[in-house]
Amino acid sequence: MSTLTRPPQVATDSPGRRTSPRRTGRRGAYKGVLFTLPFLLGFLVTYVLPIAYAFGQSLREKKSSGIGFGPTKVVYTGFSNFASIMSDGAFWSSMLRTLLFGTVQIAVMLGISLLLALLLDGVAARAVRFFRAGLLIPYVVPGVVSTLMWLFLYSPTGSPILDLTDRAGWHVEFFGGLNTYLSLGNLLTWQGIGFNMILISASLQALPRELYEAARLDGAKEWRIAWSVKVPNITGILILTGMFSLIGRLQLFSEPLLLRNIAPESISSDFTPMMEIFDRAFKTGDYQYAAAESLVLAVVTGILAFVFYRVTNRKMS
Amino acid sequence: MSAITKAAAPSRAARGARATEGSGASGGGVRPTRRAMVLTTGLLVVFLLYSLAPTWFLLVASTKNQTDLYSTFGLWFSSNHLADNIQGIWDYHDGVFLRWIWNSVLYSTVGAAGATLISLAAGYGLSKFEFRGRGAMFATVVGASLLPSTLLAFPLYLVFAEAGLTNTIWSVLIPYFINPFGVYLGKVYADSSVPTELMEAARLDGAGEVRIFFAVSLRLMRTGGITIFMLDFINIWNNFFLPLFMLNGERTFPVTLGLFSWVQQAQQSRDMNTLVLTGSLLSIVPLAVFMFALQRYWRSGILMGSLK
Repeated sequence: MSTLTRPPQVATDSPGRRTSPRRTGRRGAYKGVLFTLPFLLGFLVTYVLPIAYAFGQSLREKKSSGIGFGPTKVVYTGFSNFASIMSDGAFWSSMLRTLLFGTVQIAVMLGISLLLALLLDGVAARAVRFFRAGLLIPYVVPGVVSTLMWLFLYSPTGSPILDLTDRAGWHVEFFGGLNTYLSLGNLLTWQGIGFNMILISASLQALPRELYEAARLDGAKEWRIAWSVKVPNITGILILTGMFSLIGRLQLFSEPLLLRNIAPESISSDFTPMMEIFDRAFKTGDYQYAAAESLVLAVVTGILAFVFYRVTNRKMS
Repeated sequence: MSAITKAAAPSRAARGARATEGSGASGGGVRPTRRAMVLTTGLLVVFLLYSLAPTWFLLVASTKNQTDLYSTFGLWFSSNHLADNIQGIWDYHDGVFLRWIWNSVLYSTVGAAGATLISLAAGYGLSKFEFRGRGAMFATVVGASLLPSTLLAFPLYLVFAEAGLTNTIWSVLIPYFINPFGVYLGKVYADSSVPTELMEAARLDGAGEVRIFFAVSLRLMRTGGITIFMLDFINIWNNFFLPLFMLNGERTFPVTLGLFSWVQQAQQSRDMNTLVLTGSLLSIVPLAVFMFALQRYWRSGILMGSLK
C-alpha cells in the first residue's frame, strides 16, 4: 500500500534503447504511467480511501449527549471499538463457525469434484461433453437464484423433497442443529461442484501421459491408476483451490441471509461475520463498530491469505 | 503468486481445455470392463440428476399458480399458468421487474466494459513500459486481487455515503470499474500477445503511444479483452451484496436485489411466491444467452476466473 501514497514519478534513468532512445526512454516511461493512471486513480478511490475512511470511523463512537435524550454525536474514542471486538464472543464465534463449516464443506465439495473429474476421464468423449454441460448448469444459475431455488426446496410447505420423504414415512427437518449446516453445505456444494470439476479436469488433462501409460502397460487397474498416479499429482492444485475457496467462504453472506427467511431461529443475524457487519450497520445503525469489524475481518482474511500463500509456495517448490 | 500463475497460466489452461475437447477420455488405449463402465456412468448420472433437479423444479414451479404450487407434486407439471405468472410480474409496480433486468444489463455491460478497458490499459502499461514503482504496483495488484471484494462493501458504502453518491448508479459502477484481477490478466495478455518490436515499428512510423495502444495493441489483446469482459459481466450480473449495501430505491435495483426484496415480502404474503419463482427463471435467461454467445471463450475464462 505504501507505494501508492508516493506519486508515480517519471523514471529518469530509463534503460535507453539503441533504436530510438528519445521515444522509448523518457517519453515511454511517462506514457507507461499514463496508461496505468485510470486504474491507479480508481484504486485510490475504491480501495485506499474506503479503508482509510473506515479506519477513521472505527476510532469513533456515537454518544448521546446529556442523559441520553439529547441528539447523538460522534466522538473520538481511540481503539475502544477494537477492544470491544476483541472480547466480542459473538463476533469471533461467527468467524470460527464460518471457518470450520467452510473447511468441511469445501473438502466435501472438492472431493466430489475430484471424483467426477476422474469419472469423466474414464467415459467416451461424446458422453464427456454431455455430462460436462449438464454438470455445469448450476454454474450458469446466478448465486441468488440458486439460493432461492433451494429456499423453496427447503421450505416446510410445498417442497417436493418433503413430499417424497413424507410419502416414504421419513420426517425430514432442514434446519436446527447440525441440519442447518447440512442444508447450507448442500446448497454451496451444489453451486460449486461443476465448476471445480472443470478446474480439476484441466489439471488432469495437463498431466503428462507417460505418467500413467507405464502403469497401464504394467497392467494396473484404472481406479488404481486414478488413486495412485493421477490424484497425488494434482494434490497441490487441490490444496491451493481449497485454501482460496476458504478465504472466499469467510465472506459468506447472501446464501445464509436468504435462507434466514425460512429459518430465522436456526440462522441468527450474526451467523457469519459479514452478516453481523451488515446487521450492525443497517439494523443497529452503528457504523463505527461495523467499520471496525470490517477492518478486523479484512486483517484476518489477509493473515489467512498470507499463511496459505507461504504454505503453498513451500509445497510447490 | 508463482504457484498460482504456474497452476493456471492462460496458455496452459487453454491448452488443457483444447486437449479436453479433442480426446475427451485420456484412457484411449485400454477398454475398461463392462462393470466399471456401468458404475462410472451410473455415478455420473446420479450427480447429473442432482445438478439438474433444482433447476427443473424452478422450471416446473414457474408454470403453476399459487394453489397448485402447494397442492401438487413439485417436480411435475399441473395446469399451465406460466403466462399468468409472467403477466403478474409485468403488472407488479408498473413492470418494475423489466426495469431491474434493464438495470442488470446496464450495470453488467457498462461496468464490465469500463473495467476491461481500464484493466487492459493498466496491464499494458505494466507490461510494456519501465517506470519507477512498477514492481510495487504489480505486487499491489496481485495482493488486492486476492482480497474478496465483499470485504470492501461496507467501507465503500461509508465513502460513497459521505460523497452523497449512494443510491445512484455510480455507487455500483465506479467500484465495478476497478478490478485488480483484470489488471493482472491484462498484463498476462499484453506480455504474451503484443510484440514489443511491433510497437517499435509503429513508433518509427511516427505514431504516438496512445494511438499505438488503440490502433495496434488493443486489437492484439482482443481475446484477452473478451475474456476479462465476460468474467466481469458474469460477476456483476450475479453480484448482490454491493447493490444491497449501496442501493435502496426500488428503481435502481439489479434483478438479483429485486428478487431478494420479493422474497422478503413473500414472508408476509404468500402471493409473492409465484412472482419470485417465475422472476428467478426469467432472470437466468439473459445470462444464459450471454454465456451461450461467448461459449468459445468460456472454458478458458472459467479457468482464468478460478484463480480468484
